[in-house]
Amino acid sequence: MMIFLELYIRFFLVGLFSVGGGLATLPFLTEMGEATGWFTPMDISNMVAISESTPGPIGINMATYIGFQVGSGFGGFGYGVLGSIIASIGEVTPAVVVIMIVSKMLMKFRDSKYVEYTFYGLRAASVGLILAAWLGVLKIAFFSSEALEEGSSFFMAIDYKSIILSAVIFFLVTKFKKIHPIALIVLAAVVGIIFKM
Amino acid sequence: MKTLLQLFLIFARIGGFTFGGGYAMLPMLQKELVDNKKWTTNEELIDYYAIGQCTPGIIAVNVATFVGFKTKGVLGGIFATLGMITPSLIIVGSIAAFISGFQDYQVVQWAFSGIRAAVVALILNAMWKIAKKSLVDIFAVIIFLIVAALSFLTDISPVIFVLAAGVCGLIINLSGLRKAKEEKQK
Repeated sequence: MMIFLELYIRFFLVGLFSVGGGLATLPFLTEMGEATGWFTPMDISNMVAISESTPGPIGINMATYIGFQVGSGFGGFGYGVLGSIIASIGEVTPAVVVIMIVSKMLMKFRDSKYVEYTFYGLRAASVGLILAAWLGVLKIAFFSSEALEEGSSFFMAIDYKSIILSAVIFFLVTKFKKIHPIALIVLAAVVGIIFKM
Repeated sequence: MKTLLQLFLIFARIGGFTFGGGYAMLPMLQKELVDNKKWTTNEELIDYYAIGQCTPGIIAVNVATFVGFKTKGVLGGIFATLGMITPSLIIVGSIAAFISGFQDYQVVQWAFSGIRAAVVALILNAMWKIAKKSLVDIFAVIIFLIVAALSFLTDISPVIFVLAAGVCGLIINLSGLRKAKEEKQK
């Protein structure tokens, strides 16, 4: 049972110190692997690949994966399930507490002009960060990384099928406002498989 | 009780279909929380993202806690968060247990090429809605462009941008820069 307590505490600390999204936990996880011997750098690269190609927040996916590996290595499948739950809960505990406190304070000071002034800047930065993240997704979605690495020309690396699909989805989401994004994601996955994108 | 269950289910649905992390769930949050349930507004959502980026933890979870807490207090925050992480536990847990080399299957890679293309379009649409509410004048646009460029081109932590932009917001307003501009426009 000690191993689960340790797992909880270690993921609690990761959740407490990693600020700025799921991938920010990566350096902490690398350090955890080195300190405990629970997993290797190879495990980490598998974990990142799986976390990015499964639904859900990347940070939680990584905690789930590692928690399962650690638990199942210790005592089989049931322990793996328990490990994945404990690691994920450990990782979100600090955030839940901090956000509730911040939220409480915001409600109290909502009418302060200083809060309003600060949020004027925060919102602009927030949209800027979303744009930067979007550009990152766009780069991966529209360009073949292999072609770029092989030194092909810029135009050779462009993935035209993806650009066309993206344009169609954009048309659908702006034209038919009632469509749920989930429906469009499922549609895109099916199109991806049919056209072997 | 009914609202708690709804919070859990809505966030489970969002968590189960968000590919590519916290930013990719913005379109779904808008649809479920702003359009359908009217539990929050686009302005509040962007505030949650801003705070979620400079507080500990994962952005997606931070936003879930915020919305849940605002809707139904401490329990609401916990239920929304649990909803958000449940699909990950089931899906990633199953893959870790049963499928080795999941990401190497050809069919998975095809599906993901399609999903990534959709995510580009969906985030663009979501971002546009939020930009209209956030980029209210030239100073906001300047902050936005600087943050976007530096964040895309460098490895500087988002925390720095959010904190610096908050300070800029205070300075721009307190120094009277914005007011002077508004009066000039009149």
